[in-house]
Amino acid sequence: MPMDDRRNSLSPAGALPMLILRVLQFEPLHGYAIAQRIHLLSSEVLSVEEGFLYPTLQKLLRNGWVLAEWGVSETNRKVRFYRLTTQGKSQLKHELSSYGRITQAIQEVLRTA
Amino acid sequence: MGELFRRIHYLINKQRLDAELQSDMEFHREMAARAGQRNFGNTLRMREQAYEAWGWTWLDRVIQDLRYALRMFAKSPGFSAIAILTMALGIGATTAIFSLVDATLLHPLPYPRPEELVRIEDDLPGAGATDTGISIPEWNDLQRSGIFQYVVLKVFGSANLTGASQPSRMQYEGVSPAYFAMMGVKPELGHTFDPQDQTPGFTLDVVISDGLWKRAFGSDPHILGKSVRMDNDSYRVIGVMPAGFRDPGRTVDERNTEQWAAVGFSDNQARAADRSLRLPLETVGRLKPGLTLATAQSQVDALVASLRKQYPDAYPANSKWAVRLVPLKENVVGNVRQSLFLLLGAVALVLLIGCVNVANLLLARASARSREMAVRQALGAERKRLVRQLLTESLVLALLGGVAGLVILFCMRGFLQRLIPESLPRLNDLSINWSVMLFALAASIAAGVFFGLAPARQAGRLNLSNTLRVEGRGSKGSTDQTRIRRVLVVTEFALSLVLMVAAGLLLRSFWDLYKAPLGFNPQHVMSVQLWLPSPNDPKTDMYGTAAKESVFARELLRRSRMLPGVREAALGAEPSIPLQHDGNRSQLIVEGHPTLGKQPPLVERSEVTPEYFHLLEIPVLRGRLFNDGDDENAPLVAVINQAMARTYWPGEDPLGKRLMLGRGRSGVGLEARKTWITIVGVVADARTESLANASIPQIYLSLYQDTPKELAIFLRGDLNASAIPEEVRATVQSVNSELPVYGAKTLDDAVSASLEQRRFSMDIVAAFAITALLLAALGIYGVISYIVSERTREIGIRLALGAERGKILAMVLRQGLGLAMTGSALGLAGSVIVSHLMAGLLYGVTPADPFTFVGVTLVLTGIALVASYIPARRAMHVNPMIALRYE
Repeated sequence: MPMDDRRNSLSPAGALPMLILRVLQFEPLHGYAIAQRIHLLSSEVLSVEEGFLYPTLQKLLRNGWVLAEWGVSETNRKVRFYRLTTQGKSQLKHELSSYGRITQAIQEVLRTA
Repeated sequence: MGELFRRIHYLINKQRLDAELQSDMEFHREMAARAGQRNFGNTLRMREQAYEAWGWTWLDRVIQDLRYALRMFAKSPGFSAIAILTMALGIGATTAIFSLVDATLLHPLPYPRPEELVRIEDDLPGAGATDTGISIPEWNDLQRSGIFQYVVLKVFGSANLTGASQPSRMQYEGVSPAYFAMMGVKPELGHTFDPQDQTPGFTLDVVISDGLWKRAFGSDPHILGKSVRMDNDSYRVIGVMPAGFRDPGRTVDERNTEQWAAVGFSDNQARAADRSLRLPLETVGRLKPGLTLATAQSQVDALVASLRKQYPDAYPANSKWAVRLVPLKENVVGNVRQSLFLLLGAVALVLLIGCVNVANLLLARASARSREMAVRQALGAERKRLVRQLLTESLVLALLGGVAGLVILFCMRGFLQRLIPESLPRLNDLSINWSVMLFALAASIAAGVFFGLAPARQAGRLNLSNTLRVEGRGSKGSTDQTRIRRVLVVTEFALSLVLMVAAGLLLRSFWDLYKAPLGFNPQHVMSVQLWLPSPNDPKTDMYGTAAKESVFARELLRRSRMLPGVREAALGAEPSIPLQHDGNRSQLIVEGHPTLGKQPPLVERSEVTPEYFHLLEIPVLRGRLFNDGDDENAPLVAVINQAMARTYWPGEDPLGKRLMLGRGRSGVGLEARKTWITIVGVVADARTESLANASIPQIYLSLYQDTPKELAIFLRGDLNASAIPEEVRATVQSVNSELPVYGAKTLDDAVSASLEQRRFSMDIVAAFAITALLLAALGIYGVISYIVSERTREIGIRLALGAERGKILAMVLRQGLGLAMTGSALGLAGSVIVSHLMAGLLYGVTPADPFTFVGVTLVLTGIALVASYIPARRAMHVNPMIALRYE
């Protein structure tokens, strides 16, 4: 999927940054774990393509919303864990609220129109 | 901000971070495989996208383009060398002229906050006099007015310097003690004058320049406190100014001052109190910070108005005393603006022509590469990307040329500095400073964009299938190219014509001026100046009356005639020195022609002894010169030149007519008596005021009937130019040992110096014109060659079908001629415009001088024919067999 900056948080692709941030909210995870968690938490509806995950992670790194640190995985292998930064936390809050607003608006239209 | 740092961090650590990403993805793939999931995606593409996320792809592209461009240049070294050299010459020359403009016009004063420095001039417009000098009480008023931080008086003199390694002739600037504080430049050794110093007269301290310190004192580190003898008085060196510090004087000599002496000008109590005694000094001030010139001028006007009311006797109403502030840089910039802009325009044309040539070269190369471009596009390259790449190539070419030009300039700067005539006023040395380098950069980029556009546009409009199928002759691409190249060559031709016309006009101006009959003979003549004091109390003035001064003058002449080699001697007031810049104009009132309240006309006036005319070989046309009967008690007489006779007594005999003159420059003299002056003689016109104008009305009064204080001795004979200044000084001081003697020069030098600036402009424009001509010739040669090679097949067919070779030759020559004609037509139109802009610099030729225009056009057409002939001959000798097989 082409990388573009259009913030379309309605499509799963556009929501991916938000999802990643959310998933990282309570503990740092490595890339595979992030993909797995999103997959599981969505009851296997959403599967994140690797081709999309890693470029998005880079974007989050560039914006300073996550940091990458070396750690050890469950299989005793050195791998990078991504952790949310304070800026990331506030960005997450911001995205959640705007996402909430949009979905609410859509629901209202669907309900009443 | 943080983002930028992160991005830069990524750029620096790209390899490591990419490796880390790879390891992440490796891990991910392992885990996925373990869980039995499908294949991992395209790792490479992922890494590319990850890299793109950091936003540095543009940099990669630029670097790629740069490396490609450099590789291309390395592959065709001949082409690259020519193109870079052409650019180097064009940009180097343009930058050189710009640095001259920068040092002369843009930053002429090398002092801190130079915009605060002003010249303060006293005018008496009611008496037709400007810049009449200041009186001491006025100086004090200005200092106390609160408008200026400092007000300084300056007087220029010369003396003999002994006590150095060798006695030398020294010119010094006598300044009031606040001078160095005002200029704001610290000495490199010792200290300067204390602004609070109130010592009257010349103090014993002097400050010297770095040049003098090195030359006459061998950079002696113990120079401070050393005493030097100036005119047999012992002075002490208290400081040395840094190299590069120069006095902002009006004349070249002043600007080359190497010594400053402090003078308390209020040495004489009486003089200090006399408001109407104007001293021939220059007044310079530094405005209070933040004060604009206009505001300061209005404040000064207010001060003047109140002073005039307070002292009505000293400032009679009809003289309309006023004080004018002039920015100090006018001393230096003066009237060179027009010349410099001419030079800048000329060199810009040369650069333009150079760019056109390089554009032609690039177009030729572009057609050779059109196949490459087509293939790349067919493989998926964006047109935009290719265009960008070609533009990058052009920019690299231009920048390389610019750098080469700067390097050449840097190496040659000593040589170039020496080329510039002294009379082009300049306090700074030419330096390659930031603004000059910035200019070179801007010029390179502009040039690169200019000549890069044509081939880039070509690449963008390629018809892929045509180009790939066959490198066809007569395909649309090459017709387009030919058209563009023709347009370029016609432009080049037109620009060259303009430059050559300008050079031709300047050349003729210079030649006419050079050959113009001077009306006087400057050969073997020297002039030396001296200054009589003007004390306030007339009773103490040794030369207060015409009679007393005549005695002095006659004695001085007698002794001067006895100097070795001298055949003739004469005396005159300072305005009588030929081609000295400051004229002296007085109001003229002709008897019988009252002016009725209008401003009376002004004439150049000076006082001379009768020997003056014979010495300078100015013939007497009518009447007589002054004789012994014309002394103080006799009626005042004058001799006028023909221009004055023609202007004020047209068709009549001016002998016997009477007139009155208003105040002269020094403010003292005839007008106090307001008497009629009778004309007794008419002399021929002489270009003593300006080389360019022979018909300036001039009136000469007898020195023996007046008391001018600034004098000059004229000597004619076999003079030893280096010994004369000393001999004259000894002679003058043998009559009166206190008189300063200075400013010795030969009149030949004065005449050459007058011409110098014009010669400089002419030389440079001529050099540019020749360069332009060569470039244009090369351009035409290139285009015609190209056309011939394009049409080789067609020519082969014609020859095979029986055409005469002569006809082929004629056909090609006609092509060349056609281009030349079109170029000439455009060029002539442009030349007319440019020559009108230049009109102020021309002499003796009208801006629309047909001789020059026609001549230049013929020369250019001839060159075009020759340039076309060579490829034409090649066309003529085409072997039809080979041509028909030629792809």
